[in-house]
Amino acid sequence: MATTEEIRSDLADIVNEVAGVEPNEVQLDKSFVDDLDVDSLSMVEVVVAAEEKFGVTIPDDQVKNLTTVGDAVSYIERAQA
Amino acid sequence: MSQTRVVVTGLGVTSPVGGDVPSTWEALLAGRSGVRPLTQDWAETLPVKIAGTALVDPTVVLERVKARRLDRTSQLALVAAMEAWADSGLDAAQASGDLDGDRVGVAMASGIGGVTTLLDNYDTLREKGPRRVSPLAVPMLMPNAPAANVSLYVGARAAVNTPVSACASGNEGIALAVDQIRLGRADVVVAGGTEAAIHPLPMAAFANMMALSKNAGDPTTVSRPWDTARDGFVLGEGAGVLVLESEEHARARGATIYAEVLGAGITADSHDIAQPDPEGRGGSRAIRRALAEADLDPARVKHVNAHATSTPLGDIAEGLMLHATLGAAVDDVVVTSTKSMTGHLLGGAGALESVATVLALRHRRVPPTINLDDQDPQVDLDIATTVRDLPDGDIAALNNSFGFGGANVAVAFGSWS
Repeated sequence: MATTEEIRSDLADIVNEVAGVEPNEVQLDKSFVDDLDVDSLSMVEVVVAAEEKFGVTIPDDQVKNLTTVGDAVSYIERAQA
Repeated sequence: MSQTRVVVTGLGVTSPVGGDVPSTWEALLAGRSGVRPLTQDWAETLPVKIAGTALVDPTVVLERVKARRLDRTSQLALVAAMEAWADSGLDAAQASGDLDGDRVGVAMASGIGGVTTLLDNYDTLREKGPRRVSPLAVPMLMPNAPAANVSLYVGARAAVNTPVSACASGNEGIALAVDQIRLGRADVVVAGGTEAAIHPLPMAAFANMMALSKNAGDPTTVSRPWDTARDGFVLGEGAGVLVLESEEHARARGATIYAEVLGAGITADSHDIAQPDPEGRGGSRAIRRALAEADLDPARVKHVNAHATSTPLGDIAEGLMLHATLGAAVDDVVVTSTKSMTGHLLGGAGALESVATVLALRHRRVPPTINLDDQDPQVDLDIATTVRDLPDGDIAALNNSFGFGGANVAVAFGSWS
């Protein structure tokens, strides 16, 4: 099992690739929209890349609940369990 | 009828021979070809393995995250527009709040649109399923994406237009921009064209319709307008942008004026979906309309940047057009085809060549047509094979573009002093 920090780090790389945010900015308490300036289309790209990276499924109706990086990491941890 | 004078105050280009205006102009005067072998794996199976790839990769110029959200047509358009906008000095006016975006328009043409984004996403759909299709695919592939991205960059709110008329698109963008300014709908229009279609599908399609040269010799010699050995065009990619402005607006801000757009003529052949009218009647009417709109005596025309793509029929037809429209004055006209060096940029062609025409008027120098070893005896024109000087004084030049579908657009430019 990947640790929380490993998932955060891999997710940070995805956010960097898609939206150009520095990976060390992508911390658990940060909001994708308000803090990291990830718009809705970029968020779809992040989600699809995360599904591929972590081998999970994140349905569209769940994406709106992923407000912070921590929300996304928790969802991925639960989905992997 | 007295009408608003429209002037050129900014130029931008990214092309197979250079990544900006100075390097492109230097290469054109040096007669340097931008046609090179394709290095992509897919080229191996194609009947044509050469193209005029943009010399400077736009993804190197643009910010990485910005570039990945844009189709290559938009990347190239934006690179050229950024140069033209800075060249005009309007970037500073925009930054200081001294430019009214409601009076700024964009007319940025494309012949095909974001075809590589469309096809790459179709590959993804088939290989990985619908979930992996990019959420950005639509805003990337839509034909008006280059115009839209330029309008976002320059803050244009008067209009954002995308003329689509195949290989005449770029000139149609310029013609539309002139109309917008003359009709009082805008004071400034960022106009031009872009294309990025170097992909196996469009290349196979153009080759199969016998439009592309299949000459397998030295790539730099394949685009040879008016030469007896010509056998089709070479595909190129890139973008050209002109900042057009009402004379009043340009003077009020003390802008450098490169040239004037005297007028434009747009006509249709209604002859064949792909072949030009063999007598060039539609093209002749476009040139006549441009001369009439410009109130231009043919004797003042000293230079033509021809459409001349290196196809057997089209190159001859254009010679006939120039004789039919300019009469005896054609003997004093220095003609060139910069496509001999850049290949054919399709929707970007008219824009790139309009930039070259403006530079020729400004510097009084005409770039050569390369590879003209044996001029077709059916073409009775004074074609530059070395750099040629243009006379001093008040002179004019034409830029012609003709497109599949029977579109003909001639633009008349005048020197400015």
